[in-house]
Amino acid sequence: MSGHSTYEPKSGLETWLDSRLPILRFANDTIVTFPTPKNLNYWWTFGAILALMLGIQIVTGIVLAMHYIPHVDMAFNSVQRIKRDVNYGWLIQGMHANGASMFFLAVYVHMFRNLYYGSYKAPREVLWLLGCVIYLLMIGTAFFGYVLPWGQMSFHGAVVITNLIGALPVVGHAITTWLWGGFAVDDPTLNRFFSLHYLLPFMIAGVVGLHIWALHVPGNNNPVGIDVRSPQDSVPFHPYYTVKDGFAISVFLILYGVFVFWLPDALGDAANYIKANPLVTPQHIVPEWYLLPFYAILRALPNKLMGVIAMFGAIATIFVLPWLDTSKVRSMRYRPTIRLYFFIFVLDCIVLGFCGAHSPDDLVIPGVVGPQFLDANLNSFVWLSRIAALYYFAYFWVITPLMGLTETPLPVPETISSPVLSHPAAMPAGAAASPEKRG
Amino acid sequence: MLRKSLALAALGLALGLSWAAGPAFAASTQEEPKDVHWSFEGPFGKFDKEQVQRGYKVYREVCSACHSMDLMYYRNLGQKGGPFFDPKYQNPNENPVVKSLAHDIQVKDIDQDTGDVISRPATPADKFLAPFPNEPAARASNGGALPPDLSVITRAREGGPAYIYSLLTGFKGPPSDMSLPAGKYYDPYFPGDLTSSMKPGMAGHKPPVGGAIGMPPPLADGKVTFDDGKPSTVNEEAYDVVAFLEWAAEPKAEERKQFGLGAMIYLLIFSGLLYASYKKLWKNIEH
Amino acid sequence: MADTVAGASPDHQVSVSPTLEGDPNRRDFIHIATGVAAAGIVGGLAWPFIDQMNPAGDTLALASIEFDLGKVVEGQQVVVKWRGKPLFVRHRTPAEIQKAIAADHEDLRDPATDESRHKPGKAEWLILVGTCTHLGCVPTFGGGDYGGWFCPCHGSVYDTSGRIRRGPAPKNLEVPDYSFLSDSKVKVG
Repeated sequence: MSGHSTYEPKSGLETWLDSRLPILRFANDTIVTFPTPKNLNYWWTFGAILALMLGIQIVTGIVLAMHYIPHVDMAFNSVQRIKRDVNYGWLIQGMHANGASMFFLAVYVHMFRNLYYGSYKAPREVLWLLGCVIYLLMIGTAFFGYVLPWGQMSFHGAVVITNLIGALPVVGHAITTWLWGGFAVDDPTLNRFFSLHYLLPFMIAGVVGLHIWALHVPGNNNPVGIDVRSPQDSVPFHPYYTVKDGFAISVFLILYGVFVFWLPDALGDAANYIKANPLVTPQHIVPEWYLLPFYAILRALPNKLMGVIAMFGAIATIFVLPWLDTSKVRSMRYRPTIRLYFFIFVLDCIVLGFCGAHSPDDLVIPGVVGPQFLDANLNSFVWLSRIAALYYFAYFWVITPLMGLTETPLPVPETISSPVLSHPAAMPAGAAASPEKRG
Repeated sequence: MLRKSLALAALGLALGLSWAAGPAFAASTQEEPKDVHWSFEGPFGKFDKEQVQRGYKVYREVCSACHSMDLMYYRNLGQKGGPFFDPKYQNPNENPVVKSLAHDIQVKDIDQDTGDVISRPATPADKFLAPFPNEPAARASNGGALPPDLSVITRAREGGPAYIYSLLTGFKGPPSDMSLPAGKYYDPYFPGDLTSSMKPGMAGHKPPVGGAIGMPPPLADGKVTFDDGKPSTVNEEAYDVVAFLEWAAEPKAEERKQFGLGAMIYLLIFSGLLYASYKKLWKNIEH
Repeated sequence: MADTVAGASPDHQVSVSPTLEGDPNRRDFIHIATGVAAAGIVGGLAWPFIDQMNPAGDTLALASIEFDLGKVVEGQQVVVKWRGKPLFVRHRTPAEIQKAIAADHEDLRDPATDESRHKPGKAEWLILVGTCTHLGCVPTFGGGDYGGWFCPCHGSVYDTSGRIRRGPAPKNLEVPDYSFLSDSKVKVG
């Protein structure tokens, strides 16, 4: 899409088509000859994995919509009918339900990889922003989708999340009522959520198109974080990365298959096997695992509005990341100090996830009754999520800008080829010490 | 997932209560489910057909007096993977065993000529007969408690089959310092908070683990006569009926595992091929 | 700068034509086997996604019905729903049967004897799928010149054996699979 095209029509028909709709040229330049840095490691395969997962979710979703009934009295049974009576319905429903988790797993790896190698930095800010939009749309899609089976967790999850909007001053109540189409989550809500759940994936697909377009202008970042300077630095996308991505996809599918075939309910909640009952709330309202960190941030604050602001702030923060990072070096391979903070940040997100899964009053270390501090026990998950949430924000707003200014990076190689082609002894210390495997 | 204090706290937040003003939540307790195992467990597990047949009999003669199975049809009993599947009758509607099991049950229907409500013998295409016509009727007959639908019960409870088994076999006389209201029974495996059930003057005692359930102990030795002569103990009845319930929760489970095994072997080989292809392709590229 | 470093390496031609490296036979075999395996996955997964649109278990369960013939008065028909379509159960009079047999040797568009359209010895019972073989409309009972059925959509006329006699329909009304369970009870499907 950028630079000069290397496509040469091979037949009269191709020449004819090329001068009218250069779609073959486009495909060729995008996925065949596209010059790709030759040092991409396995962390870079998650882009292709994500593209596949989006495709799987859309295809299985369209099939499920042929059998699903968006009505409060029939939705739960219609999902069960898919699993019991529809030919291979168990497979398609299992792929779709577990596919959402796999999709998020892949997107998180993709995002952490991005943070580590500084891929969001100039000239890829728009690429990063589009990725953030995709992530936001994914959260919306996942939320709407989780409501559709109309189990207890579906219903009460929808109640809790829509009630968040009620935190907005003045307009909150009106918006919630508008969103529900009634006085509570009910049949109109289910119907519109179904419609939106069908719509959003196609919006995601559209933004993914832009995302790939924005990728192909500057080209891929890479583990050393420096630009491609010569033809020796890159290989054509096909067959080198199609096959490498294919291998990674296949391994990923094995993990996916473990869940679909052998642990279909492991990532779900038992309460969602109970038909929605507006009169009884399940004992533990928790979102799916992939949204737990944000749920923990929501509950970390003692005030509803503040909690909602913090949760949305946590998502909004990632949008501005390219302008918070002051470092001139992209890859953390050459930034030993912030690298430590980065690994703490990854851990921090996992801790937040744990906090989200637990009741705020639960003790972190069982049996140890810590001292009371302000409004809660210091050994409770409330305090743990507060500390973790604080680190989450500090990482982006304090550590990232500050480190870029104060940290002395290790010497960065001059070209992509140099660290890999020279003798190991001559390699820059940072490259030799880099902890991750280079594929 | 821990089942201690309620995530109602989250709801409280959503309703605009602050943490500080939030009520103190009493802890719900229960015993860990017993360590029991069935043939259907694991990626290669299969149902023991005779066991599921016995389990159906337990459901039919005991559980179905109060519990519906709204997602089950008699034809399911004779479908592939079902307890009464007969390879001679690929279409379960033709299966004579299923037909006669269904025929034993009278279901309501509308007479097409008169419009009157009539009773007729069920066919394989009919749903399992529900004991009560609606929820209020079910509650009225059970002291206000609603016997849950059992179609997917082993999936709908934390702990799964082992929990259901433990609950069915775990009934105990209530401890002496506790007094239960009429129509409630003590089961240490049932989640609950018995703080308020302590006898007057015993309020300081630590309440026993478990909860008060509205279901009287349903099983008893010899309550069901198994057709294959298996001794009918409480444990055996519970063990078999849980196998039946687990099968009913996902009748296609065996198909899923079987398909999965093939798919996974294929994927492993495919990954190996791709890896070889990848290594071959990149052999001469330093990276 | 890149040239000096890359030029010092033994493989600076890699990005030019690296696929030509190595033993071509083995390379071809691995790549072809991989491609075939990938096609196998796509093909194997295609079937579940096609088959899901075939009738599901609950639909198949309702595919056969039992019907009590005692309800049908001579000279009349009863219409029941079977597999989502009307099923004509007609109790024919001796005159109607005679008329149908008499027409056996006329020039029929879709030749069939009356005997082939009912169960042996049960000439009075005619059981037909009640959709016009033209485009699926439901013919009306007793209409048309042949005393059988008349399709209001495009004017197809059927006789008392359900055979097409006039109009655009190409075939006789279809006889479903059915059997007599007793003298007064049939099972269709």
